[in-house]
Amino acid sequence: MRLLVGTSALALVLTVASQAHAYTAYVSNEKGNTVSVIDLDKMEVTATIPVGERPRGIIMSGDLKQVYICTSDADHIEVLDTETLKVTRTLPSGPDPELFTLAPDGKTLYVANEDNNMVTVLDLEANDVSAEIPVGTEPEGMGVSPDGKWLVNTSETTSMAHFIDTSSLEVVDSVLVDTRPRFARFTPDGSKVWVSSEVGGTVAVIDTATRKILHKVEFAVQGLRKETIQPVGIVITPDGKTAFVALGPANRVAVIDTASFEVKDYLLVGQRVWQLALTPDAKLLLSANGESNDVSVIDVDRLKALKSIPVGELPWGVAIK
Amino acid sequence: MTKGAPILGIGAGLVLFFALVFSIVSTGHEARADTTPLKISIGYISEAIPEPDPLSLVEIVPKDKGIAGVRLGLEDNNTTGKFLKQTYEVAEKVIPAGGDLHQAATELTSAGIKLIIANLTADRLLELAAYPEMQDAVILDMRTQDDRLRSDDCRANVFHMMPNRAMKADALAQFLVSKQWMRWVLIEGSNPDDKAFADAIRRSAKRFKGDIVEQRTYTFAAGSRRTDTGQAQIRKQMTELTQRLPDYDVMIVADESEVFGDYLPYRTWDPRPVVGTSGLVPTAWHRSLEQWAGTQIQRRFIKATNRPMLERDYTGWMSARAFGESVTRINTADPKAIRDYMLSDKFELAAFKGVGLTFRHWDQQLREPILLASPLMLVSVSPQEGFLHQRTPLDTLGFDEPDSKCRLNP
Repeated sequence: MRLLVGTSALALVLTVASQAHAYTAYVSNEKGNTVSVIDLDKMEVTATIPVGERPRGIIMSGDLKQVYICTSDADHIEVLDTETLKVTRTLPSGPDPELFTLAPDGKTLYVANEDNNMVTVLDLEANDVSAEIPVGTEPEGMGVSPDGKWLVNTSETTSMAHFIDTSSLEVVDSVLVDTRPRFARFTPDGSKVWVSSEVGGTVAVIDTATRKILHKVEFAVQGLRKETIQPVGIVITPDGKTAFVALGPANRVAVIDTASFEVKDYLLVGQRVWQLALTPDAKLLLSANGESNDVSVIDVDRLKALKSIPVGELPWGVAIK
Repeated sequence: MTKGAPILGIGAGLVLFFALVFSIVSTGHEARADTTPLKISIGYISEAIPEPDPLSLVEIVPKDKGIAGVRLGLEDNNTTGKFLKQTYEVAEKVIPAGGDLHQAATELTSAGIKLIIANLTADRLLELAAYPEMQDAVILDMRTQDDRLRSDDCRANVFHMMPNRAMKADALAQFLVSKQWMRWVLIEGSNPDDKAFADAIRRSAKRFKGDIVEQRTYTFAAGSRRTDTGQAQIRKQMTELTQRLPDYDVMIVADESEVFGDYLPYRTWDPRPVVGTSGLVPTAWHRSLEQWAGTQIQRRFIKATNRPMLERDYTGWMSARAFGESVTRINTADPKAIRDYMLSDKFELAAFKGVGLTFRHWDQQLREPILLASPLMLVSVSPQEGFLHQRTPLDTLGFDEPDSKCRLNP
């Protein structure tokens, strides 16, 4: 009987996996100084690659052949080749790169330098820093609009979302949000930016055109104290209808209806959930759970956690191709 | 003795105040980049009194302890301020030991400065708070740990950034209880500050059912420290001090004066851990804290000063940031408005502790998690799991409203 149950569970996993089109996830392990490679068909780690010190921000290149990794304490960005699974080169980034975002044309990386209050603009073709933009104290979150015209950086101690015009590379507006803003994500139509505030415990939804806060999403989980709910990573489904917000030490991912801003569900994941990533078909959501050293895989349609996959020490971010 | 930036005149302050009122009307609640320029002048007052030398040669004795944190906080305020057209400056007043505090205070107030950061001992702080010119000022106390300033001697114009001894003792007691180390030996020094910490431990023992099985006082002076013969003599002294005790789990030492505390670990008669002012220490800040983005401020501080951040630097940083956070949110530097805002439920200071920090309205003490650290490592953070409170677990540390003798904002 036990064998039978096991087999059907396996069949379920295989069904889900077959829908996942052989995706691969790359997970940065902040304390392990490694990147874990997960085969999403098998739902297991197939390789662990040593990288530079304190890998945090992680993102796919425009052609999906490379992974860019912010190795913060090495003070540069490393480029991982997805074929050979080797770090092939490094990119200049300014000191302590924490998070970055890639321009939609794949040619420019915008990097938050947490230690020196700068956003560095990196020309990928020239492999050169083309500009540095002064922002607030402890810049972290980086979001770029789908048309590439707007860059939003959040600075944690300053508690602002800075709107940067990517043609002039100047801060044209700064919106005060709740304390310690961590992350910025544009909606797929570019009309709004979602900004999470870790200590404030809210997500501000800002109108791109007017830079006014349209709404503040608040969270409440029964049995959890308010201060343990600390929003960090945000992803929004390609249809723009659903947002997922990682709630840090609350060990949950909030599911939000973007039309009503109503929190529809709280999905239990691993401990200190940090950054999130969706598979390109938006069927699976992955969360990096820092304290439990694992990645949770969530079925987006059914809003169910399918599996937790052990990775390296202190997983921080996820990129998927 | 005045260092730092020029000071605003009262007239300019008034003009600013009106400019602010209008800017609030025109921009509404959200502060934006198009607001009227605002200059915020903060006064820093300290007295150059000698402090006990640390017992260990390894421990640093910086000359800029405290003020270095204020300066970094000011820099952070200005980084934020440049997006809001706000500039912050600090007028630093350091009087000599026993110097004229009133004169320093009136120099600030006559220049229109009513936002004050005080790096003073308890009696001097009470003097400052009592001056007529300071009655409408907001004084942030970055230094005192004295419980009496949060009870019989609390003052409406003083807010406390440093946790008091009762908070620290409770933080330690909760940790010991969570470890089931319930039998304590208390060894205290003979100076008033040592006794004050020991009193706080005795209070915590009652609150958390710790069993103080024996108390001893250290009176002899340890001579010739840091020399070859000194260390042999110290070892003998500490062993004698701690022999023939009843069964106990942990030794709590109360030696704020740095006379013998750091000599206790490994030299006790029985093999027991040492906690309190040495060994495992409750503190607002420790250089080993890296969680909650602590790494970031540790690095920024080291970059600015070439040394690690100490507890009083941290409370100095928090003081500057508490003013900055308030001005950013309410877009005015008016002391009355800042006082009201700091006491409101909207105020929240992010200070690398994972939760927003707020003030207790009854004694104007900042609620804050307390770190428990060994010399090189963070060991735990109190409040401990399971110590619950209807308002916030942070109110399980120190004087809660029902047991406070202070009723500042009923």
